[in-house]
Amino acid sequence: MGILEVKNVGKRFGGLQALGDVNLSVKENTVHAIIGPNGAGKSTLLNCLVGKLIPDTGSVMFDGQSVLGRKPFEINQMGISRVFQTPEIFGDLTVLENMMIPCFAKRDGAFSLNAISSVLGQKDVLETAEKMLEEMNMADKRHMHAAAMSRGDKRRLEIGMCLSQEPRLLLLDEPTAGMARADTNNTIDLLKEIKEQRDITIAIIEHDMHVVFSLADRITVLAQGTPLVEDEPQNIRGNPKVREAYLGESA
Amino acid sequence: MFGLDNKDTRMLLVVAVLTLCAPFILNPFPTDSAMAQFNAGYPDLMQRFVIFGIFAIGFNILFGLTGYLSFGHAAFLGVGSYSAVWMFKLLSMNVIPAILLAVVISGLFALLIGFVSLRRSGIYFSILTLAFAQMSFNLAYSVLTPITNGETGLQLTLDDPRILGVSATADGSIPVTSLFGLEMRSTFEMVVGPWAFQFNAGYYLAAFILLAAFYLSIRIFRSPFGMMLRAVKSNQQRMNYTGLNTKPYTLAAFVISGMYAGLAGGLMASMDPLAGAERMQWTASGEVVLMTILGGAGTLIGPVLGAGFIKYFENIFSKINDNVLHGWFSFMPDGLENFVVFVIHPFIGKGWHLTLGILFMLVVVFLPGGLVEGGQRIAKWVKGRKNKDDATPATKTPAE
Repeated sequence: MGILEVKNVGKRFGGLQALGDVNLSVKENTVHAIIGPNGAGKSTLLNCLVGKLIPDTGSVMFDGQSVLGRKPFEINQMGISRVFQTPEIFGDLTVLENMMIPCFAKRDGAFSLNAISSVLGQKDVLETAEKMLEEMNMADKRHMHAAAMSRGDKRRLEIGMCLSQEPRLLLLDEPTAGMARADTNNTIDLLKEIKEQRDITIAIIEHDMHVVFSLADRITVLAQGTPLVEDEPQNIRGNPKVREAYLGESA
Repeated sequence: MFGLDNKDTRMLLVVAVLTLCAPFILNPFPTDSAMAQFNAGYPDLMQRFVIFGIFAIGFNILFGLTGYLSFGHAAFLGVGSYSAVWMFKLLSMNVIPAILLAVVISGLFALLIGFVSLRRSGIYFSILTLAFAQMSFNLAYSVLTPITNGETGLQLTLDDPRILGVSATADGSIPVTSLFGLEMRSTFEMVVGPWAFQFNAGYYLAAFILLAAFYLSIRIFRSPFGMMLRAVKSNQQRMNYTGLNTKPYTLAAFVISGMYAGLAGGLMASMDPLAGAERMQWTASGEVVLMTILGGAGTLIGPVLGAGFIKYFENIFSKINDNVLHGWFSFMPDGLENFVVFVIHPFIGKGWHLTLGILFMLVVVFLPGGLVEGGQRIAKWVKGRKNKDDATPATKTPAE
């Protein structure tokens, strides 16, 4: 039984069957990649996991509890963090403040009217945030406006923000989309490090085969809203069905 | 000091000195001089400065931090005024219970309006608040006449019960508002040479409340709650996916700023115990938006500056008329004098709105950060010049 169990999930937008009948099981402490051609339903599936969309049929269980019908913030509080395709950070705030917000969310829950005490007096949160900035090699940028950073740094910050909540499941939506090769490699290294050093399960949606094959323990191939195969990376590479549906003739 | 860092403490002290010494600062010209009409140091106007300052500080907690632009904040001001006057009618002429009731009732009213309006954001939120404020205005004006006394406005009468006070004073007149016996209208006049400085009890009560309100707003700005409100403005999507529920945050900010508005309304009624529906009209809501943007939205001191600026213009510029202008330009030849007066005429008296509009436009176009940004630029320029001066002799001294 995996930490994330997706059973018979279907989603229809008008005349388009975006997800047919998806079954997926993500084992704890593994990296599970979901790949597939454009329009295969990868993002729809992800949105069903985080509460942005509610599937028409089927169930999504996280750690034995259903996530369906819960709001995104509630699902996050259950222990699922999401990294977006374009980094979603607090651009008007400083890097340190960006890092402190998830720490507050972890400590104080979804809402807290902590309106009188000073931010600088919250030593525990400051400490955790500073430590995470060190880990992400961003300590020197702590007083910079987050919006002023490069794409790669924003991605790093976003991943750091997610990690500072100590989630059990980290969802990554094409984390290297639109990145230069160097930034992509940095991100791969960062994710490898995270995988080795933490008790964390990672589900990753990715286009870039290089990224997928360097990280994933297991791969699910999605085509036209249904999973085609689920197997280990080396078997995926040679699978003729996958070649036909996704990798193309040249692969 | 007071749990604030040095910079914030300094700012609080500056505001404290400015408000407490306002009777001097706003009265720089001798009473008989030609410039005396630019003096703003009389109780009525000074009270308005601080009361609208409180209103704008509260509005800034919502607009400056979360970016939600409410176009109906005058409704809370009006509700505060009505509540306070009812307290004067029913309980006593003491201002404390009146102000407390004003804050509580406007807070509840803000909870109701905020709960509905905050289902939408952006322009739809603004329109919803505007609609609610106009509804409140029209209700106060007509349907709710038993509570609001319609277009006449709610006033004190000789047969009000006032269970803890008296219905009428010994000489048969309506009692005046007071703070445990200290009458709000009592004014001490200090005559120094040609100057006359007025110290009014009502003004000082309002000034102390402004300081408390300003202090509280600094604490809110620097708190984790304030940081969350800025995060709401910056990226709601990230908030939601970071396990934070944005709704109670925005609603809390809305209610707090509604309570500030109610406090201002209650103080207004404490200075002059009557309340009219026109206080809730949309122009009044627009005014506080102007004050906040003119001073600098999202800054601590900006709204206070903006409120002072607009109220000064409203009261001083609107008093200049053609006769005054003729007096100023009488040194010119007749034809030229008439021409100059003709050119300036649209900008003064009833035309002060034109002056205000032009100033507002200039500020928004050239100083998007408001008067605060203007101040910062000047400070930077002065500092830059000073550094240059310091640097020049340094280069002359040869290194050893």
